[in-house]
Amino acid sequence: MTGFDFSNYNRNAALHARGVPLPKATSTGTTIVGCIYDNGVVIAADTRATSGPIVADKNCEKLHYIAPKIWCAGAGTAADTEFTTALISSNVELHSLSTGRDPRVITCMTMLKQHLFRYQGHIGAYLVVAGVDPTGVGLYTVHAHGSTDKLPYVTMGSGSLAAMSVFESMWQPDLDKEGAIALCAEAIKAGIFNDLGSGSNVDVCVIEKDKPTKLLRNYMKPNERGLKERNYRFPKGTTAWLNQKVISKEDLKKYVTIETLSGDDNLAAGEKMEVDV
Amino acid sequence: MTSLVDHSARETVGFSFSEATAAGAKQHGFYPYTDNGGSTLGITGSDFAILAGDTRSTSGYNINSRMVPKVFKIGGDEETGEGARIMLSVVGFAADGTALKERLDAMVKMYKYKHGKPMSVAACAQRLSTILYEKRFFPYYVHAILAGLDEEGKGALYSYDPVGSYEREQCRAAGAASSLIMPFLDNQVNFKNQYIPGSGEGHALVARKPEPLPLETVKGLVRDAFTSAVERHIEVGDNLQMLIITKDGIQETFHPLKKD
Amino acid sequence: MDHFPGTWGRPRNDVYGAYDPSYLQSTGPKTHTSSPAVTGTSVVGVVFNGGVVIATDNLASLTPSFLLPLRTASYGSLARFTDTKRLRVFGDQAVVGFGGDVSDMQYIDRLLESIDIRENYSSHGNTLNAKNLHTYLAKVFYKRRSEFNPLWNHVLVAGFDSAGKPFLSSADLLGTTFSAPHLATGFGAHLAVPILRRLFPEERPVEEISQEEAVEALKQCMKVLFYRDARSTDKYSIAVITKDKIDLKEDEQLEKQSWAFAEKIKGYGRQTV
Repeated sequence: MTGFDFSNYNRNAALHARGVPLPKATSTGTTIVGCIYDNGVVIAADTRATSGPIVADKNCEKLHYIAPKIWCAGAGTAADTEFTTALISSNVELHSLSTGRDPRVITCMTMLKQHLFRYQGHIGAYLVVAGVDPTGVGLYTVHAHGSTDKLPYVTMGSGSLAAMSVFESMWQPDLDKEGAIALCAEAIKAGIFNDLGSGSNVDVCVIEKDKPTKLLRNYMKPNERGLKERNYRFPKGTTAWLNQKVISKEDLKKYVTIETLSGDDNLAAGEKMEVDV
Repeated sequence: MTSLVDHSARETVGFSFSEATAAGAKQHGFYPYTDNGGSTLGITGSDFAILAGDTRSTSGYNINSRMVPKVFKIGGDEETGEGARIMLSVVGFAADGTALKERLDAMVKMYKYKHGKPMSVAACAQRLSTILYEKRFFPYYVHAILAGLDEEGKGALYSYDPVGSYEREQCRAAGAASSLIMPFLDNQVNFKNQYIPGSGEGHALVARKPEPLPLETVKGLVRDAFTSAVERHIEVGDNLQMLIITKDGIQETFHPLKKD
Repeated sequence: MDHFPGTWGRPRNDVYGAYDPSYLQSTGPKTHTSSPAVTGTSVVGVVFNGGVVIATDNLASLTPSFLLPLRTASYGSLARFTDTKRLRVFGDQAVVGFGGDVSDMQYIDRLLESIDIRENYSSHGNTLNAKNLHTYLAKVFYKRRSEFNPLWNHVLVAGFDSAGKPFLSSADLLGTTFSAPHLATGFGAHLAVPILRRLFPEERPVEEISQEEAVEALKQCMKVLFYRDARSTDKYSIAVITKDKIDLKEDEQLEKQSWAFAEKIKGYGRQTV
């Protein structure tokens, strides 16, 4: 093997030096945490995704599935955390199938660090890996350059210091499930309110021995938007147009299937359909 | 193809370009500016003007304080601001903002002391422009908005760039979320892109004419502009400060915003 | 006998030759502090009912000059002085806590000393309160940054304003100022402020916060800072400013540290022994 190929990186650096801007990635300037307790492990995350100073997604999911009892919280470049966890999830499942055993957290962590090290930090994924396997409870952090850490409580992302201040002043050994969930949620809230890169809601995932994993999506919603003061509906015909073409429902039926939804006009059709799925 | 082993030596990376990326350690220099985030906004009516701003002060991803006002009364009492008839908002580098505010305030007070009458908004606006231009090559890094009532008692609002170019306007948003708020104001205050339904076909369609809005409507617009900016800009939040000038003087209100 | 005092103590011309003034060039570029060498880290402060508490640790770190070009990532530094007192009492109603360059701190200290002496000799009877002091320091910082010759500090000023209300405010090398019921500089802005905002949320009125509670909170902050700020120590100074006195303690030691959890940690991955 001649070594890993970075020629595209060199090409990009050269183009950048010549004034070609690099594409702007969505980053999850994030708070993510994890904490072990007597019978399992809890991980939690905020739900803000940013692109520079702009909030790109107010309620994104930063807790990623790896295996039924291994989950991952991701900070850094959104695409990198998503694709890296999806890839490793896939490989972990294949590995589990070929060995005929439940996947282990340490296996997953090792695959992640080896993958990330290969890319020398260019894959901007900063992860908290947590899970329960036949060897016990596992909780690790994996940095984009491939280094790892094993601790009873961990934090990552731009809000990691705010979150760590909660752990360092409130954590105690021998936590129970409720205690661990409350502590993780408090740490995420510290990130949400003190770190500009973090915001919106708290997501929690509880992985317990001999029990199904529970994903508590939007476990807390401390930042709900208030009502707008004014009404911003425009009278029909406010927008200018130069010509119009009317296609009757009958004509349209030649090309697509039409289903009429009943109910309140104000309800977005999309929301309704999602409930059905 | 370059292998990892080769990569360690920069010279061996063969670009076909003349200049490679600047190598070597970066010197830690002194940069005299910083951005303290936040946003401001001003709207005028027929007999009032509103200047508003959020009260968050930031540095990087940190919140310095949740209560640092950006809108000031100019030419009033030192502590209470009583007697002031001019308002100034500054957003950008807060230390420059404070310095600018203090200079303008002292200047307006000197004017009254020397001439025995309060300074008009138009005169103050011109003076603010020269104060900014004086520092053309080491500018005050702020986007200022000045507001008051003109000689006819109508709302007057002037907006500035950091080196003193200024213009009287109906409404203006400045600061971090200005690009989010300004299009909203164009549409809701000056009725841009709004046409009168059924007034004609195609190019004959009549645009909706802007008219001065009542105070309550404007207050609602300001609050909606800020609650929406808070949703989508990370540097805007905590509290909304509003200064409203009418013939009866300046009224100040605070209104909580989201704190995440 | 040499009858010219101006030449006393100087190398004698008849022994060493005439002094070469070209060594003392007054021309050439003027150099300013463009990066600090010996620095202090966090200052933390909180307002309580009837006063303010402020604390710093007693460490000054040295970044060797050969590492200065690498400072962007803050590579390596030496815990140089472990008894640096970074709280300065001004008059009987104000305390300044210094973060940043220690030599600039000592310069400001001298500046404040001279003001204090002038104030004490004056006949008007007014004394400068913490708010006046903060305004003054902010203007000094702003002036120096405008001359491109900054004083490399971030300070907190604690005390009372002219109305007798507890006052806590911050000023930094750029002249930026802000005030809040709880403030911290340096690493403390990341680690201590979240703790203080959690313990003393905005909804809770200042009247409810007792002196004991505020002191306890600051001790907790200093402990967390010692755990997580690599450039800190467990020796600290703390000052409690109330109407009747300033209680300054400069040789405190962090108590009840907990490192027991470390026993159970083995390696960073597979290792178990």
